[in-house]
Amino acid sequence: MSSILLFTIITLSTLGVLAAVILYFVAQKFKVYEDPRIDTTEGMLPGANCGGCGFPGCRGFADALVKEDDISALFCPVGGGETMNSIASFLGKSAPEKEPMVAVVRCNGTCDNTPKVNQFDGATSCAVSSTLYGGESGCNYGCLGMGDCVKVCNFGALRINSESGLAEVDEDKCTGCGACIKACPKMVIELRKKGPKSRKVYVSCINKDKGAVARKSCKVACIACSKCVKVCAFDAIKIENNVAYIDYNKCRLCRKCVLECPTNAIVEVNFPPRKVVEPTI
Amino acid sequence: MLKSFRLGGIHPPENKISRGAAIEQLPLPESVVIPISQHIGAPAVAIVAKGDSVVVGQLIAKAGGFVSSNIHSSVSGVVTAVGDFVDASGLRRVGVIIKVEGDTWLEGIDRDSSLNKICDLEPKEIVSKIAAMGIVGMGGATFPTQVKLSIPEGKKAVYLIINGVECEPYLTADHRVMLERAEEMVVGISILAKALGVVRTYIGVENNKPDAIAHISKVIAEYPNIDIIPLKVKYPQGGEKQLIDAVVALEVPSGAIPIEVGAVVQNVGTALAIYEAVQKNKPLIERVVTVTGKKLEKPSNLMVRVGTSIDSLITYCGGLPENSGKVIGGGPMMGRAMCNLSAPVTKGTSGVLIMPSEESLRRSSSVCIKCAKCVGVCPMGLEPYLLYKLADLGRLADTEEHKVTDCIECGSCSFTCPASLPLLDMIKLGKNEVMKIIRTRK
Repeated sequence: MSSILLFTIITLSTLGVLAAVILYFVAQKFKVYEDPRIDTTEGMLPGANCGGCGFPGCRGFADALVKEDDISALFCPVGGGETMNSIASFLGKSAPEKEPMVAVVRCNGTCDNTPKVNQFDGATSCAVSSTLYGGESGCNYGCLGMGDCVKVCNFGALRINSESGLAEVDEDKCTGCGACIKACPKMVIELRKKGPKSRKVYVSCINKDKGAVARKSCKVACIACSKCVKVCAFDAIKIENNVAYIDYNKCRLCRKCVLECPTNAIVEVNFPPRKVVEPTI
Repeated sequence: MLKSFRLGGIHPPENKISRGAAIEQLPLPESVVIPISQHIGAPAVAIVAKGDSVVVGQLIAKAGGFVSSNIHSSVSGVVTAVGDFVDASGLRRVGVIIKVEGDTWLEGIDRDSSLNKICDLEPKEIVSKIAAMGIVGMGGATFPTQVKLSIPEGKKAVYLIINGVECEPYLTADHRVMLERAEEMVVGISILAKALGVVRTYIGVENNKPDAIAHISKVIAEYPNIDIIPLKVKYPQGGEKQLIDAVVALEVPSGAIPIEVGAVVQNVGTALAIYEAVQKNKPLIERVVTVTGKKLEKPSNLMVRVGTSIDSLITYCGGLPENSGKVIGGGPMMGRAMCNLSAPVTKGTSGVLIMPSEESLRRSSSVCIKCAKCVGVCPMGLEPYLLYKLADLGRLADTEEHKVTDCIECGSCSFTCPASLPLLDMIKLGKNEVMKIIRTRK
């Protein structure tokens, strides 16, 4: 009886040792060298796997950061400059310089500004609706408000405001990864420089119709009247395809255009309230 | 046993309310909007400008490519603008807007109603005449007819199949054409057969139109090469591939076009238009439109000039009934709800259907229970529940692999789904995206 036990134990142990030896040599033979810095770098990244950098997840990005000599073109929009600086100093490379960006929804077509003229009862998806027809209001360009951007946001930074029916960005949560921009079939969302104290001035309209037509469908549409272009001292505003666009690299946030815009299509955000000046006649 | 296609299919309520209404000529409108793109393919190029005087049948826009079509003026009058108008889906398109003055026709158009059976033209001449007259498929897809008649190198047309199925519920425009204009239509068919050089021609008609079948049988008695095939009623029998399967029992391979199996399919309305174009020199400037709805005062079949606004058709038929939910361009299965009724009738407008609101809104959808009803009814043998999910998840490579491009968008899956899922909405989206990718590959 005891001999059977002994025999079993010896056989199994021998097999185990043998297998371990084989596995050891096989592992040596097929060993893939991986730079240990990739693991460390991945640990330093936010780990959101959002794809905002253009690579398949944080690991792919870490791999690229370690392997590429020049990383000035690579940037993690989620981690921002801080993360990139610490990674660059860890890898001994020069960090790319980029200002933090956030998504802005360039449409102010609330239910009041752009009355609905019909009702869509198909699949709740901006992409489906936009392939079928022009939209619930008279404007063919604005936010459809069915939340394709909300679905793709990994950071919970977007929501549809139930009162206005428009997408809204929570700037504290937005990392500027750009997922919503790819998801929006109307291309309403744009990445803009976050700006000092999150202050921004932008044209909140992308309606490319001629002024009269655009104004008819929406009270706050850009009518391409060129008033903002004339008032801008920094040559930051251009009109193309019947819509004004403010270059955020040139804009100095003087807000003159905001006052000048006859349809209130240009908006200012996060500025302190203006001092009310009594009109002098 | 009556013939029909083999795979899938559904039986929606027929509701052919307007089947007894003879075709009426709609009075001339005050102005028309003629879109320069009324067909599949490249838009036509406008050749008139603001202030020009035009007459009925005058060319106002030239075909903008091989797959494109000429556009003619449907009225006489003065061009008030060549520019934007809002179409039935609320999108801005380019069109020629004409203020109507009188009704002067272009010289050379034979407006005499006498039947002219003899066509001496060579096949090539017939095709180029059809192209010049701007004929497109009138079943709804509006594919330029001359392209369909240009048989690719190495292929041969064996069967000409005429589509008189009209499987869409409510619509009766083709039915009335077959009853009232059968003699002219059959001459058109013989011209088509000559252009293609085919030996056998079949007219497929569903068995719910016994009067049309009886009448056409009488008319074709003197044409030995034309046969009429009564078909079992089943939707979507009017689909090209379904009709070929039903009539000659041939399956068009996935991704191929009908000429692959030697078949060419044309609609009865197209055959009539071809007769008028070839024998009477009349371009495609008017068509039969079914205006119908359960609550509509006077459901009708109207002969309408292209460019007439949709709401003038509805007004003629008694006006928009109270409590109307949706106005649909086309039939209830494949048609689209319109959000702008001042949009014009185009070459492809086969019907205007007014649905009462209690019938028009969608039921709220729940979750897929994998009952596979959609798989059972899909006439193309696809798996709609799967395509729906794949398209929703944005997995386009998988969507393509599961043959989304074969979908004919008949809507049988959405019709049958017990969970009321928007299957076709998502599948159409997936198909659109996949087609975009395929185009960039070329």
